[in-house]
Amino acid sequence: MNKRSLVSTLRWSCAGLTVFLSGCNLEVLSPKGDVGMQEKSLILIATGLMLLVVIPVIAMTLIFAWRYRASNTKATYAPKWSHSTAIEAVVWTIPCIIIAILATLTWRSTHALDPYKPLDSQVKPITIEAVAMDWKWLFIYPDYGIASVNEIAFPTNVPVHFEVTSDSVMNAFFIPQLGSQIYAMAGMDTKLNLIANEPGTYAGLSSNYSGEGFSDMHFTAIATSQQGFTEWVNKAKASQANLDNQAFHALTQPSEKVPVSYYTNVTPGLFNSVIQQYMSDMSMKPVGTPSPSPAQASASLSGSIPSHNDHAKASE
Amino acid sequence: MSSSVITANHDVAVHGADHEHHDDGSKTLLGFWIYLMSDCLIFSALFASFAVLCNATAGGPTSKELFELPYVLGETMLLLFSSFTFGLAMLNMYAGKRNRVIGWLFITFLFGAGFIAMEVHEFAHLIHEGAGPDRSAFLSSYFALVGTHGLHVSAGLIWIVVMMHMVGKFGLNDAVQRRLSCLSLFWHFLDVVWICVFSIVYLRGVL
Amino acid sequence: MFGKLTLSAIPYNEPIIMGTLLMVCLGGAALLGWVTYQRKWGYLWTEWFTTVDHKRIGIMYVIMALVMLLRGFADALMMRAQQAIAASDAAGYLPPHHYDQIFSAHGVIMIFFVAMPFVVGLMNLVVPLQIGARDVAYPFLNSLSFWLTTSGVVLVMVSMFVGDFAATGWLAYPPLSELKFSPTVGVDYYIWALQLSGLGTTLSGINFVVTILRMRAPGMTLMRMPVFTWTALVTNILIVAAFPVLTVALALLAADRYLDMHFFTNELGGNAMLYINLIWIWGHPEVYILILPCFGVFSEIVSTFSGKPLFGYKSMVYATAGIGVLSFVVWLHHFFTMGSGADVNAFFGISTMIISIPTGVKLFNWLFTMYRGRIRFTVPMLWTVGFMVTFTIGGMTGVLMAVPGADFVLHNSLFLIAHFHNVIIGGVIFGCMAAINYWFPKAFGFKLEERFGRYSFWCWLVGFYLAFMPLYVLGLMGMTRRMNHYANPDWQPYLVVAAIGAGVIALGIGFTVLQIVVSVRNRAENRDLTGDPWGGRTLEWSTSSPAPFYNFAVVPQIEELDQFQVDKEHKRAYKRQAHYADIHMPRNTGVGLFMAAFGTVLGFAMVWHIWWLAIAGLVGMIASFISRAYDTNVDYYVSGVEVEKIERARLVPLEKLIDHVDPASAGQKVA
Repeated sequence: MNKRSLVSTLRWSCAGLTVFLSGCNLEVLSPKGDVGMQEKSLILIATGLMLLVVIPVIAMTLIFAWRYRASNTKATYAPKWSHSTAIEAVVWTIPCIIIAILATLTWRSTHALDPYKPLDSQVKPITIEAVAMDWKWLFIYPDYGIASVNEIAFPTNVPVHFEVTSDSVMNAFFIPQLGSQIYAMAGMDTKLNLIANEPGTYAGLSSNYSGEGFSDMHFTAIATSQQGFTEWVNKAKASQANLDNQAFHALTQPSEKVPVSYYTNVTPGLFNSVIQQYMSDMSMKPVGTPSPSPAQASASLSGSIPSHNDHAKASE
Repeated sequence: MSSSVITANHDVAVHGADHEHHDDGSKTLLGFWIYLMSDCLIFSALFASFAVLCNATAGGPTSKELFELPYVLGETMLLLFSSFTFGLAMLNMYAGKRNRVIGWLFITFLFGAGFIAMEVHEFAHLIHEGAGPDRSAFLSSYFALVGTHGLHVSAGLIWIVVMMHMVGKFGLNDAVQRRLSCLSLFWHFLDVVWICVFSIVYLRGVL
Repeated sequence: MFGKLTLSAIPYNEPIIMGTLLMVCLGGAALLGWVTYQRKWGYLWTEWFTTVDHKRIGIMYVIMALVMLLRGFADALMMRAQQAIAASDAAGYLPPHHYDQIFSAHGVIMIFFVAMPFVVGLMNLVVPLQIGARDVAYPFLNSLSFWLTTSGVVLVMVSMFVGDFAATGWLAYPPLSELKFSPTVGVDYYIWALQLSGLGTTLSGINFVVTILRMRAPGMTLMRMPVFTWTALVTNILIVAAFPVLTVALALLAADRYLDMHFFTNELGGNAMLYINLIWIWGHPEVYILILPCFGVFSEIVSTFSGKPLFGYKSMVYATAGIGVLSFVVWLHHFFTMGSGADVNAFFGISTMIISIPTGVKLFNWLFTMYRGRIRFTVPMLWTVGFMVTFTIGGMTGVLMAVPGADFVLHNSLFLIAHFHNVIIGGVIFGCMAAINYWFPKAFGFKLEERFGRYSFWCWLVGFYLAFMPLYVLGLMGMTRRMNHYANPDWQPYLVVAAIGAGVIALGIGFTVLQIVVSVRNRAENRDLTGDPWGGRTLEWSTSSPAPFYNFAVVPQIEELDQFQVDKEHKRAYKRQAHYADIHMPRNTGVGLFMAAFGTVLGFAMVWHIWWLAIAGLVGMIASFISRAYDTNVDYYVSGVEVEKIERARLVPLEKLIDHVDPASAGQKVA
């Protein structure tokens, strides 16, 4: 196959892909934030690189199959031919080169896109603590003392630092249009850094199956102006409901298709106590019941090493 | 490998032409080795689980508080002696001394049974103290690891009994010798596993 | 007395299940009645149920796989139908409770009770024939392995009608699979079904490693082994190395559920991530356990039907072994999103990509086997070309997902679902279908009919693309796996197309059934008299079709790779001997079946906490095993006279035919 036809095939297939993709609403490939942007281009570059081998292989399969069909007696038949050092060298080398390039790309991008790594930004990040529950998401804004169920808001162009855990089974926190997802696991604290560069309302969901109510475990992520965000915070603050232990306990009960709601006066350290409920002897007590003061909790915690956070980091 | 001592099946003398399809014992022993390797992986996975969970005491008792090294050393000695006596049984098998084989197997059985009795007693004691397998992840992994070894030894004990009976019934024929060789491998293997249990679970736990 | 088992365990109020139960009962009764009417029970018992003949055991494995394929595929159709209608938060027709069991059962059945029996069955049927052996190393263990797999099947099928099945996904991740969140018996059925069949698989693995290492015909060095046998060897080593880890993972989960332990619970220090690591340390090698033998199948087929030796045999062997080794250092790519550090993720991502190098080499080698060949497009070859195109696409999306940064947005999405169906259907199922068409004559003595075989292939191929290409798109649209219903109406058209695709695949399955039925009816026309219907190159084609129970009257001497092909070229094949020696054979035994029956009882009793019955089952298993050790009547000799009679009946008419034809392609023309 000559070089020119290869290049044109590539060009056409890329063009075709683009037309096809723009036809439908591909959330993953129409990111609205920097993390998602990088992941999108990573996907496209990696796919392009692999197409360099994949397209010739498929083409050769079809061409060889057609050309050397038994009925085509004009084609050369070499019934004994089964070895060629040159061809072998080429077929080992080409995949090796592609994979070497891809591996370099992988090493760099994996470090650049590490969900735990804070994003480069002049602006101070906003922290949101996410708790996966059966079957809804609780979001706590520790800096504002507010909380919400199944809805978050944050200003555009401000890095958002998520701390994620679960109150019961494993889930995964995912806003497709903003980029990476991360598991939500009981007794552990995973981290995720995202940013929205365009205002909008984005679908958020749990991508890890978690039982009967899983399909309705989605939430809305609102990226808005600084002013819009302040209004949203004020709306939450105006809420009559306080998020104390009792209210939290009520939330832990399994429920499905939970409507958006807001809380104010969130008990300080609630998120930590959700994580720590499983980590010590106090584990038998559900969070909802009065828990020991943070000092006590951490005291009893220090005895049990290693902390699960370390595990999450080091697990392999 | 002890395969060299396994004599060919009598029938082969008559039907020498197809001896490669006749199990001369080496095939069985190879298979048994492979089985032991897969069993070894079971223990590896259990050791790995123990390594991950051994500090997850959840506020409950730790290995330092629970384990009594002298007692465990006693268990270890029983098992080591049983390996030695099994070796004697095998030597007698090669010498063709049928009754001595049964005798040494019986002594091996006694040592093994003593080991199991001590282990059961230890488990009962721990559970009685409130340090049962349901107390913490650490104790779960401890009981699972040590208990799996104990189950293996118990299976070995049943096997020893069966082999004692077989030696009595069939004499030291090829099949019996082959099985004794496998059992020997199994028994020594359990000894090796126990050495790992002793050092990783007990010694490391107490020191 | 009956533990947790009460009459209420039978889901009377679920019309779908009760309808199925009715059909199973009617179908089962009809089958049993027919067998009774034909007076075939004695035949079935002595010739099949108690057999230790590797070929018959292989056939039974494949039949089991086909039957379970129908079950697993019925699950798939139900899921596709549910997702096609449950748009805009419509409820669909399957409530989550039922739907969740269906997708879990679909995965479990397709992997453990379709793909595994297919692959193990093929190895049973072919490996001893390819290496010139008369049976496997441990014929009794082989029968036990098969029946233990059957125990697993029985438990999974029973779970549909008595109690429920796991609603946890096919790998039963804790803490969801813990007692606290899954209090019903579903997960227990899952655990015991997999433990029993897993034990069978491990024993099979040991059996085949020894068979291949110790029972090759004289002169067959490792580098003269047919490629399928090579892949079988690596696969069985993987089985022996990986399945013990599955056993441990499931045993620890069982300990949590039965003994209140805390390996994977949220409470008291349990660590669910440990389970996820263990299960994937088994799980990733498992996918290579499935695909490697299929690579072997394609290698045999592509070389046979191109009329050439396999290109780059040594490369193929090294690539296979390399894949086997690498398969143990990639498991973490199943959970990049767990929060491991960038170094760890990058390591596992890159090691995953490296696997694509030997895999790519294999593809090129098949290509260059076709190059300058004379390709006959029989049904097996169609499947092979279909595989080469389809698998390449699946491999590409797989490498894409091995890039952690890409996986962060593709993980758990329908893109992932599309990817692994792309490689498992495109690789394993296509491979098994190709293999069935290829080796069917060796098993039964007549070829499968071509026309319906081609229809089946085209339906599968088109159906596959219709069913799974939309899933790639849906993954990019942000749809995750295992959804019972969804709010986004944009997804629906793609899911409708996918459902239609599943329907087309159903047609393909229908054509396969039809193909078998028609072929059996017209078997006289498709008889394979030579034993070599395709012009094959490896030893299995040198013996008759179906192969005699002793496989080879004379153990072949091997001097080269593709010895049979060389023999044909030098007109040395099909030589009659002046004298045939007696052949030593293992005797049939029912002990494997009894042990497995006791095992089934044990599993069922454990599921329902019927402790006395569980003890009875366990004691029964051990006692039957010991009783086997006391049985001294385990083998016999076939007299040389009888062997000679059988061989003469085949070879004398064959010699007349062979005289007139070109030896290289003797088989096809004669047939």
